[in-house]
Amino acid sequence: MSDAASGEGIGQPVRRKEDYRFITGNGHYTDDINRPRQTFAYFLRSPHAHARIKSIDTSAAEAAPGVVAVFTGKHVANDGIGGLICGWTVTSKDGTPMKVGPHPILALDTVRYVGDHVAMVVAETLADARAAAELIEVDYEALPATVSLSSCQDGKAPQVHAEAPRNTCFEWELGNKAETEAAFAKADRVVKLDLKNNRLIPNAMEPRAAIGEFDKGTGIYTLHTTSQNPHVARLVLSAFVGVAPEHKLRVIAPDVGGGFGSKIFIYAEETACVWAAAKVGRPIKWTADRSEAFLSDAHGRDHLSHAELALDKDGRFLGLRVKTIANLGAYLSTFSAAVPTYLYGTLLSGQYDLPAIHVEVDGVYTHTAPVDAYRGAGRPEATYLIERIVETAARETGIDPAEIRRRNYVKTFPHQTPVIMNYDAGDYAASLDAALDAIDYKGFPARKAEAARRGMLRGIGFSSYIEACGLAPSAAVGSLGAGVGLWESAEVRVNPTGNIEVLTGSHSHGQGHETTFAQLVASRLGVPLANVEIVHGDTDKVQFGMGTYGSRSGAVGMSAIAKALDKIEAKAKKIAAHLMEAAVEDIVFENGVFTVQGTDKSLAWAELSLAAYTAHGFPSADIEPGLKEGAFYDPTNFTFPAGCHICEVEIDPDTGIVKIAKFVAVDDFGTVINPMIVEGQVHGGIAQGIGQALLEHGVYDADSGQLVTGSYMDYCMPRADDLPSFTLGFTKTECPSNPLGMKGCGEAGAIASPPAVINAVTDALGIREIEMPATPARIWEAAQAATSRAAAE
Amino acid sequence: MEMSGEYRIPAPREEVWAALNDPEVLQKSIPGAESVNKIADDEFEAVAKAKVGPVSARFKGKVKLTDIDPPNGYTISGEGNGGAAGFAKGSARVTLTEAEGGTLLAYTVNAQVGGKLAQIGQRFIDSTASRMSQEFFDNFSQLTGGSRVEAAGAETPEIVDEMEHGIPTKSPDYDSISPTGVPLVPDEEAGMSLSPWVWAPLLIIALILLVWFIGF
Repeated sequence: MSDAASGEGIGQPVRRKEDYRFITGNGHYTDDINRPRQTFAYFLRSPHAHARIKSIDTSAAEAAPGVVAVFTGKHVANDGIGGLICGWTVTSKDGTPMKVGPHPILALDTVRYVGDHVAMVVAETLADARAAAELIEVDYEALPATVSLSSCQDGKAPQVHAEAPRNTCFEWELGNKAETEAAFAKADRVVKLDLKNNRLIPNAMEPRAAIGEFDKGTGIYTLHTTSQNPHVARLVLSAFVGVAPEHKLRVIAPDVGGGFGSKIFIYAEETACVWAAAKVGRPIKWTADRSEAFLSDAHGRDHLSHAELALDKDGRFLGLRVKTIANLGAYLSTFSAAVPTYLYGTLLSGQYDLPAIHVEVDGVYTHTAPVDAYRGAGRPEATYLIERIVETAARETGIDPAEIRRRNYVKTFPHQTPVIMNYDAGDYAASLDAALDAIDYKGFPARKAEAARRGMLRGIGFSSYIEACGLAPSAAVGSLGAGVGLWESAEVRVNPTGNIEVLTGSHSHGQGHETTFAQLVASRLGVPLANVEIVHGDTDKVQFGMGTYGSRSGAVGMSAIAKALDKIEAKAKKIAAHLMEAAVEDIVFENGVFTVQGTDKSLAWAELSLAAYTAHGFPSADIEPGLKEGAFYDPTNFTFPAGCHICEVEIDPDTGIVKIAKFVAVDDFGTVINPMIVEGQVHGGIAQGIGQALLEHGVYDADSGQLVTGSYMDYCMPRADDLPSFTLGFTKTECPSNPLGMKGCGEAGAIASPPAVINAVTDALGIREIEMPATPARIWEAAQAATSRAAAE
Repeated sequence: MEMSGEYRIPAPREEVWAALNDPEVLQKSIPGAESVNKIADDEFEAVAKAKVGPVSARFKGKVKLTDIDPPNGYTISGEGNGGAAGFAKGSARVTLTEAEGGTLLAYTVNAQVGGKLAQIGQRFIDSTASRMSQEFFDNFSQLTGGSRVEAAGAETPEIVDEMEHGIPTKSPDYDSISPTGVPLVPDEEAGMSLSPWVWAPLLIIALILLVWFIGF
């Protein structure tokens, strides 16, 4: 059967296999799991943004009812356990490596952000642990805190780490400075823009959780945890933190309720649980409450940038220069150095043929929670900058925003940008045209006039985004400072009865891998979807893998599966040739049936599977029994999903309330396996992008460093009534670098949408700039100022 | 935010001064105080319970007297540790001046918090601090036979006016009542406690009353 006929193969909107267990409450999330003799952990956190710990007295807590043990940084250090690491080394422009301050699991003598871990209480119940934590007496000497990005490097701001003078971790650059200066020297016009990319706090539905266990008999540690990449967690915990040797540590990431990047990282709490499990000789469970998640999950974005775009007299882009200060927080998180550098600077060419680019990024420490990858990671910041300055250029030159983009698009491929990336395929005008049609761009002036009659301000905003996904070619990332390769592994096991288990090193935490990966197998082997099981998230089952982030699971993870399926097919054909007494070259495999070309001999998939295991009469020199193959796939290039999002807003100038009237997203993701799941990914991404543009903002008090948006009372998540019904469209250029032609779709919505929304808001208000989130208060102020300006003119 | 107020106490200044230095009087005056012990001439140890928005905590802390200028006044400053709930710091400058029929007590308070109190209770800090300082000086002046300096007049119509004119139904001006500087969001109503649309007007009323009472 073809994919369309079966309704289950590639390109079919198959309902998600995993949803039944999720919506019936039968999922197995970490907190659902309970182990015999389990204890509970509670972490005492610093209430100060910056303080010296003069002393910690845990004696009363240790004596409290139900308490099993109390641990502080001294216990961890005395046990020879190392600190948390950053897996990517960024080199400054002067050639020096980034300046890394130590990141202990439990604070030793200094706390560096509100929420920093000070002590761990292990008790019979969570209530006991909490109550005992109240009895720990910590004598702090409060110190002044560094919060502001604009002043943290001035030499007067309090130092976060002695290792990093002026709170500067690295001063990185990319591109060609001399060519860029030359481009500006000959420019007819220079457009300048100052931008802030607001700090976001990830809010996965399931908070982080962990259960650490130690088996005294075998010496094996087990950690159940909410991880996007359990093998990487195991590698870091064994090789760098030193909790246990790799072969004595099993990490299981069961059902995980959303990650958005925040569950890539190796955090203190999970590490402490698995380490302390051996100390107390019992399993230890910890589940973050929402307040802890706000304080201690790695935050996202938080850039301060100045950008300049050089244009010739025809509105063609000649050069771009950018200076960005990127907040890294108080400690480097697992990938934090890579996000504002290699995931940001490398994308600053956007969809445009920009001959000269020079970007400088200072990564800085502040007394705030660590900042790391959050949906899109670096690419939303790059896209926001490019698409805001391009829109501003359109307004300043008077060229239509669609036209100025079209005029500057990259049109021939492959295209080498001045900032590392080599775009392999795309048709940017095609997605622009489809988006213009879908939103009825020609009808916009009439809609604006109609809105004006109702007293409303209507605006339209564009975003032509590109991202680099399919992370990533190992050689490329290795040369840029990555401590790991970013290939993926797969193993396909065919059982004697013909059903199939696929083990993958990627991890599903909402992406629907159990369905899409099975669709690939169903399509290739001609078996029903129900006969395919996708196994992931357990280091004892899957040999190794790099996990899921950077929209890599399709392009890299499924490519590994495809490669293993090639090997399965090759071996199965060999077996079929033997069984049907034909030459391998004459075997045809189609729709799950092996036939000998030109004969009526055939063998069904299930018959062949059984024969592979009975192995009767196999020529043992030629054919081994069994049917199981593995593959490691290392991509040869990044993938480049791209597209065009257009947003139309209506603003009530009396209240500042902005309503998104229309939102069109046309994306080129290459081959789409399951359009329904892809649409869901785009919807979620746009919702998060609109959240960033209009609602969400992580704020620390500028003096005290207290997190003042630490709950849903103050941190505004987007809700259904903040969002319109999205109009989606797809264009397709296949990705040439992987066998399936896939590009990845997980982050596009969050990357593309914020500039589309802000471009629409500034268009409606007739202003140049507004800060994200464009809250009603900010919009109202801007609208009032615009009105009084108009009155004065 | 700083808060201030005045009380007229029908007792000689020396007596009021003595009461201000009496742990027993202080314990009865500090809202939620469980114990106040004098550990030095200028230092007390106190345990008090407080509730800030949704966060309840038992604070243990030291209260220190500085700028002691008998019988004209002192600065009372304290730093309390509420364990996992965080910490609170505050100080009040208290001055006593002789006035007709007794003593005029005036105070200026400012308060700061950290940890969970700041994370969740931030929006409630000012109102709580203002309520607690009022309670303290109310209690204190009652113990010493005094009463708050109040201006006469009917306050209810005034508040209604404020409600009608100060908070129009389509107010974009909620920034002005956001203690954190972060704009309040009109549809924010989930969370652990009252929606800003409920408590924010209450806070305004409390502030109006405070201003009204102390006669600015």
